[in-house]
Amino acid sequence: MLEGLINSIDPYILQILVNIGIAVILALGLNVITGMTGQLALGHAAFMSIGAFSGALLSLKTGVPFSINLLLSGTVTAAAAAVIGWPILRLTGDYLAICTLAFAEIVKVCLLNLEITNKALGLSVPPPRSPLPMPLTVLICVCLAIVASAFIANSRFGRALTAIRDDEIAAESMGINCARYKVQSFAISAFMAGVGGSLYAHFLGYINPSDFGFHKSVDMLCMVVLGGLGSIPGALLGAALLSAAPEFLRFMAQYRMLVYGALLVSLMVFRPNGLLGGVDSAAMLLRKLGLRRRCALPPREGS
Amino acid sequence: MRLQYYASRDKQQRFFTDFRQSGADSMFLQQLINGIALGSTYALIALGYTMVYGIITLINFAHGEIFMAGAFVGLLLVGVFKLNVFLAMGCAMLFCMALGVVIEFVAYRPLRRSSRLSALISAIGVSIFLSSLALMIFGANAKAFPEQAFPVQQIRIGNADISTLQILIIAVSAALMVTLEFIVQKTRIGKAMRATSEDYNTAALMGINVNRVISFTFALGSALAAAGGVLVGLLFNAVSFNMGLMAGLKAFAAAVLGGIGSIPGAMLGGLVLGVTEVFGVALGYSSYRDAIAFAILVLVLLVRPTGLLGEKMQNKV
Repeated sequence: MLEGLINSIDPYILQILVNIGIAVILALGLNVITGMTGQLALGHAAFMSIGAFSGALLSLKTGVPFSINLLLSGTVTAAAAAVIGWPILRLTGDYLAICTLAFAEIVKVCLLNLEITNKALGLSVPPPRSPLPMPLTVLICVCLAIVASAFIANSRFGRALTAIRDDEIAAESMGINCARYKVQSFAISAFMAGVGGSLYAHFLGYINPSDFGFHKSVDMLCMVVLGGLGSIPGALLGAALLSAAPEFLRFMAQYRMLVYGALLVSLMVFRPNGLLGGVDSAAMLLRKLGLRRRCALPPREGS
Repeated sequence: MRLQYYASRDKQQRFFTDFRQSGADSMFLQQLINGIALGSTYALIALGYTMVYGIITLINFAHGEIFMAGAFVGLLLVGVFKLNVFLAMGCAMLFCMALGVVIEFVAYRPLRRSSRLSALISAIGVSIFLSSLALMIFGANAKAFPEQAFPVQQIRIGNADISTLQILIIAVSAALMVTLEFIVQKTRIGKAMRATSEDYNTAALMGINVNRVISFTFALGSALAAAGGVLVGLLFNAVSFNMGLMAGLKAFAAAVLGGIGSIPGAMLGGLVLGVTEVFGVALGYSSYRDAIAFAILVLVLLVRPTGLLGEKMQNKV
């Protein structure tokens, strides 16, 4: 039945939807470190590429089931992030940003020179060993990522991250171990990027280290900031808009990227906090449904 | 497009291997000269990053594209209008000054009071816009300066060969940096720049026209980037729409290495990166060329978290 449902969707649309799904996972991942913890990361494509290559290699060399493959590639990526995050997360602000950027470039160049990743030729990835069709796997992963993000945001852990974002010194003096929380959120963020990368590799069937350059990191960052930093629906919206935008702008042919750039600038100028930034979407939804009374001021938290 | 990109990389590669063939004893001096020439172009671009950052704490990601625009304007003037290289460089600098000011006015000024990340995304938008504009106008192929644009001769100093082009690059960069240092330290507007970077609000209260100072900073930085663009175009004999990306990232790395916000830091950082990169290539790590600069950056930041000459930031409550 599911097969029939998926087959009934136009393949072109389906492809866009899968792309959006993967983008959503990546954006939600970046949202954990940049949106919730407030640490600007400019090199998330590196984690995506680590996930993509470990997923591809797992498929090529071991042939484990796809679900295990996704978990393992996420874990490998998270471990890599923890190792690199431990020293560099001591840096603050833009020094951290440039360090993640530098790390991404180093990873890219290393993957371009390693024998196991087939150097600059890239890897062909076999189709995933899974009874579920690819779009469905992506959909399940997206749902899990959303649930996990919402869970993190509303947990003790998530509140600690928000505290670090709002004021690191105050958080530290309240007994929050900033260094540990930052590394943990970095690892979680990388885990999602790794899963997204592995999905990307198996969906496309071919990966090349040059695909995971600075532009990829910037794309992810744009999704998160455009939607509204730290907001989960924002990340969803940003990812959907930006991964669908090149398709919608296809009719403009060679003006496409030109318009895309101009669009980014004008969106930022007119909505500096992102499309859904500063909007409490859950409360808004409840109000629209008539489940909560309208009020002039948003209700204070905890009162 | 990719083929062309590699073609231009091939030229750069040849630039490095040319010098590797000279004798081993003269190697050190030779590579040092090459490194200083490459490093001074990085420093020229890095200065723009560092000045803008010092004043409005924005990483101006469009700066690499201004550098690219400068190279194209220079190429156009030399190739089509047959201007002298120096004149073309001057015009490119003027053009990029205007470009920098316009970009600041359109894309950054409305965002000055909002979060820094929004301004960053806006900068990225400008950078995508400019590079795709260049792709549309000039096509994907790397263009070269005409042969007679600048006659290159080799001069022998001790055991090393230095080309007139390298002398030109080092001399022009040094002259521009001295001029910049003069403007920042000795003139009225330079004093205003320093005051604004010290404290934006207080400077405004003291009667400094902050908007004009910021525009001026963008103009200065963009002019330096344009000069760097023409020089790099001559050095590698290749100007392409995507040359701004890697050069911009490396120059940004140089600015951070020296301590972002510090003008001598950017000069030092550019030279250090250029020299290490050339030595890394000479030692046979040419395929890791782009990673060398970033590896140095990460290592330095781990030891000195605010860069070589950066001020130690005080954590205030």
